[in-house]
Amino acid sequence: MSALDSLYQQIILEQSKARHGADLANDQLQGQHLPPNVGQCHQLNPVCGDEITLRLETEDGGAGRTVSGIHWAGDGCAISMASASILSELVVGLGVEEVTGLIGNFRTLMRSRGKLEADEEILGDAAALSGVSKYPARVKCAMLAWVAAEDALNQIT
Amino acid sequence: MTVLSRQAGTHTLNEPLTDGEVLRIRNDFPILDQDVNGHPLVYLDSGATSQKPISVMEAEQEFYEQRNSAVHRGAHTLAVAATDVFEDARATVAAFIGAEGNELVWTQNATAGLNLIAYSFGNASVGAIPEQEKKFALTAGDEVLVTEMEHHANLIPWQELCRRTGATLRFIPVHDDGTLDMEAAATLLNERTKVFAFTHVSNVTGVINPVAELTSMAHAVGALVVLDACQSAPHLPLDVKALDVDFAVFSGHKMLGPTGIGGLYGRAELLDAMPPFLTGGSMITTVTMDQAQYLPAPQRFEAGTQSISQAVALAAAVNYLEETGMARIHDWEAALGQRLVSGLEAIEGIRVLGPASGIPRAGLASFEVAGVHAHDVGQYLDAAGIAVRVGHHCAQPLHRRLGLSASTRASAYLYNTRADVDAFLTAVAGVRGYFGVEVETTP
Repeated sequence: MSALDSLYQQIILEQSKARHGADLANDQLQGQHLPPNVGQCHQLNPVCGDEITLRLETEDGGAGRTVSGIHWAGDGCAISMASASILSELVVGLGVEEVTGLIGNFRTLMRSRGKLEADEEILGDAAALSGVSKYPARVKCAMLAWVAAEDALNQIT
Repeated sequence: MTVLSRQAGTHTLNEPLTDGEVLRIRNDFPILDQDVNGHPLVYLDSGATSQKPISVMEAEQEFYEQRNSAVHRGAHTLAVAATDVFEDARATVAAFIGAEGNELVWTQNATAGLNLIAYSFGNASVGAIPEQEKKFALTAGDEVLVTEMEHHANLIPWQELCRRTGATLRFIPVHDDGTLDMEAAATLLNERTKVFAFTHVSNVTGVINPVAELTSMAHAVGALVVLDACQSAPHLPLDVKALDVDFAVFSGHKMLGPTGIGGLYGRAELLDAMPPFLTGGSMITTVTMDQAQYLPAPQRFEAGTQSISQAVALAAAVNYLEETGMARIHDWEAALGQRLVSGLEAIEGIRVLGPASGIPRAGLASFEVAGVHAHDVGQYLDAAGIAVRVGHHCAQPLHRRLGLSASTRASAYLYNTRADVDAFLTAVAGVRGYFGVEVETTP
């Protein structure tokens, strides 16, 4: 596999077009009057203009608070859009602390400069983004949605 | 002084540049002779920063090996030698843009030059304003005019100046093809306009503005003209006197020189009347505990130790450009610009920003690839050894006006060949296929 192909794996190209979770309506972008179980965050990468507004909804399950919905609107490169799409598929149904752990795991992988092997058991499709860590200029693209999700969660917990 | 290398060979300055001569020029730029990601480097990012010929690097090294010393102070032999080459460099670079030596202020780069002007105007706008500084003073009701195609460096300093003084910032819009709306310019330039700051050449669209015409319109209403020559000084014959602008700025690193050095041109009588921005050592005559008297320009704007070796090396860069011939460089790059645009126009799914092929533009082209973000385009090209710029190129308002947030830019210089352009076009033609974007069939 060429270096470029390891960055743009087929799953990433597919996810960048699928854009799972990209259904945040225009009138929801401001994030006004959010109930206490919902958090929302806007993130911008000023270098390339990648942009995302991401909303996380949670509910009280029997065993603690879990993520019940994720919705976003954004524009950006294949890496940032695929990353948001993959994140959206991963988090629904997970406990809030599990999501925090997942974000931490993904951040460590992205900062590894290609030295860490992704754990597919934990990261699922996000493991396909591990090639990004060899391209320091693109790490921010991959992290964009995850940083937004982290901030949205912090507003709730 | 050692003889600086110059391998470009002999030529007649009247004859156009040829592929053969450009290949010889490339020998003077060692960085170009390397493989990147398994492919020969195709450097098409000179709009961001240019590469440096051996003579420039040698000039800087020679300064440190033979003459390094503080300038304009000290009586020892090295100090005199350093001062001589520093001031010779000023004369060389000033002559390159058609100015006198005392009209060229060394700055860090064009951004620093524009901030120097804006902050000096700001200093002229506060407290008791001496008669000679009144032409620079801004107050509520005054207007500063820019254009919609400005680089952030020629926009934000004016936003800040207006915020501090209460003046109003206005802008001349651009047409869909990126050219300036001259009818709007005629309306927006009025008796309230105190400053008109605009770029000579757009770093995004390659549009070349009619500087002399705009300057004449501005002077007719009494406005001072500030020209951003960042994308013109390196690429075409520039004569600030013929254009009649009041101020002009440029960056050395975009014109074969080192980073950390640039120039601010100002008409002598303006520079001598303008209050300083940075104050401190080297720019004064008499200092008491209460106040200081300032040297005339250019020293009054050069507080602290300057970028001496970089100024000397910039003069070597200017010599290199003049030996090659600015008109020949401009013609060569204009042809490369047309080759870029017509080649891009022939690729399905590509939208070129700025004028269509056949209409004059600088040797650069920014474009959008339908369905593929600029960042991904740049990554794909990098894998083929092709260096381009991606993003908003420090011109967010222009991108917004043209309906996008980011674009990809290929920008050429005197060392680029037609083969460079062709390699770039071949690679661009593969982008949409690689990213699996459907090629829409025209109905």
